[in-house]
Amino acid sequence: MITRTAVIGASVGLHARPAALFAQAVDDKGIDVTMTFNGEEADASSALEIMTLGVKSGDTVTISTDDDSAADAMDDLAQMLTRDLDAE
Amino acid sequence: MTSEHKVLHGIGVCAGTASGPVAFVAEAPGVDEAEPKCTDVDAAVAKLDEARDAVVAQLKARAEKATDEKSKGVLGATAQMAADKGLYKNIVKRLKAGDGMTHAVAGAASDYAAKLAKLGGYFAERVTDVNEVRDRLIAQLRGLPAPGVPDITTPVIVVARDLAPAETATLHPGAVLGIITQEGGPTSHTAILAAQLGIPCAVKTKGALDAIAPDDTVALDGGVGEVIVSPTDDEVSQLKDRAERRARALAGSSGQGATRDGHRVALLANIGTVDDALNAAKFDLEGSGLFRSEFLFLGRDEAPTVEEQTETYTKVLNAFGKDRHVVVRTLDAGADKPLKFANQEHEDNPALGVRGLRLGMRRVDLLDTQLQALANAYQATGGDLWVMAPMVSTVDEAEWFATKARSYGLPKVGVMVEVPAAAIRSAQILSVVDFCSIGTNDLSQYTMAADRLNGELANLLTPWQPAVLHMIKAACDGGAATGKHVGVCGEAGGDPLMALVLAGLGVQSLSMAPTKVNAVRAALRLHDFSTCQQMAAYALDVRTAEDARKAVIALADPMLLDLL
Repeated sequence: MITRTAVIGASVGLHARPAALFAQAVDDKGIDVTMTFNGEEADASSALEIMTLGVKSGDTVTISTDDDSAADAMDDLAQMLTRDLDAE
Repeated sequence: MTSEHKVLHGIGVCAGTASGPVAFVAEAPGVDEAEPKCTDVDAAVAKLDEARDAVVAQLKARAEKATDEKSKGVLGATAQMAADKGLYKNIVKRLKAGDGMTHAVAGAASDYAAKLAKLGGYFAERVTDVNEVRDRLIAQLRGLPAPGVPDITTPVIVVARDLAPAETATLHPGAVLGIITQEGGPTSHTAILAAQLGIPCAVKTKGALDAIAPDDTVALDGGVGEVIVSPTDDEVSQLKDRAERRARALAGSSGQGATRDGHRVALLANIGTVDDALNAAKFDLEGSGLFRSEFLFLGRDEAPTVEEQTETYTKVLNAFGKDRHVVVRTLDAGADKPLKFANQEHEDNPALGVRGLRLGMRRVDLLDTQLQALANAYQATGGDLWVMAPMVSTVDEAEWFATKARSYGLPKVGVMVEVPAAAIRSAQILSVVDFCSIGTNDLSQYTMAADRLNGELANLLTPWQPAVLHMIKAACDGGAATGKHVGVCGEAGGDPLMALVLAGLGVQSLSMAPTKVNAVRAALRLHDFSTCQQMAAYALDVRTAEDARKAVIALADPMLLDLL
């Protein structure tokens, strides 16, 4: 299992657009990723699932996958979370 | 197969005639109560896949067609949501548990809707999108038309139970000949939008949804609120005649508002955005009697900065130029139009709550920023800027606002008269400010104790109610006693017949949807001021709203009827 943590950079947190962009990126990578926040888990390829975590700007989330060959992909995804996706 | 000939009666909210084919705004279908439980999961999933793909394609196609960036964005995001993996998995899980197809979709949607609603703020706003995806999926599964405004390619008359703001945003004015709603009222969102766009419209048209079928042709007179289903050729040509007579009555209506013998009544526009201002400024009218500033504040995470507001007000003042005055109303928000950054408490009766200036007095920072920006714009343009506060109830409030606004160097400071308390103490209030503007919609609501959003109470809310006219008179008498300006910015001023009564009561300016100015100008020009005063006296003296209107029509020039 590979785990990464990231501090959310999106100025409005992971709602609508940032969640949609991230979910799309997870889908594009083709790996199963779980996002964890505040004890809740979400399928990171679903924007709706991500949104229901209620992640705000500055919060720290954890992403994890059982695919042990996906280290680079996970690095990319973690890095993406720190960007202000709302401004892109 | 077309429906039989029938005449329906609604409330006319935007004059003009139209006839043509109809397009229904389909309602959300709801779950199929009669559907079987799921026994063949694979077959159900295949059906779900098909429905989902169709809905995603629908939304993407509409996003392509959208002409403004905002609609494109919204439709694109909804398309993505329709394809959401989490939603899909939830639906499939329910199918496996035996739920029928539409129940599975509704259940999955409500899971997400509940979680999002609980988070509040931005997250809760997505609930409408989740519900829209749900409704479209269910409509697709049930073989029913997609909910909302259909794809309009040829000019049609739109028929709906009522129109939500989101739906009106997708209407293309060029393709809409007219609007008919079964519910709603004269101050409903549909009415305001139709008036703004000049689209003939009838609301509260009883029986419309039953009497009209998808293949029908209808004729509509938005002035009297008459709808004819499957009109005869004679009726269609009568309608055309009426439209021509109206055009003739309006021809040559130009210049400053005044009665036939020269008594001035300024004609102004009600505006709500910078685009409205740019549009209204092109019309032959004398300025704006109401610039609603809320659009700068609503739906935002943080209050707009002084820079952003300055830029907006400057644009608006420049649009009208130095010769035409602009009345800006300071922030009129309350618990029914919540501001994320204002931390307002929940209220059971937001119409009677901390709103308008009451909010301004508690969040002085918001008011100060707005007044600073207005002062900046005034300095930058030298425009004729008037500033007024909404929801003023006492002389103290009026004076507090006036002192503050004047301290910013704002030259002309006033208040809205929408609370009965302000109307009956108008002389005292006008002694501490420069002008007032009567908000007839809210004044009717508070005077008659009737919710203006309730179509059921439309007969109580009409400005023709003698009690409401007496309130308006009270406000005008304060103006006469103090020599201060009294205007009307409620939509009542846009009714050519009522405009004459208002002029007769002493109202000095009328502000309305720009498309209504011509008819009001023409109506004023047909009558002497003394006739207007006589109309006012009669209207005040009768027993009922209907009697008032009839009495005024009896005194009116016959040509006026062509304008209604």
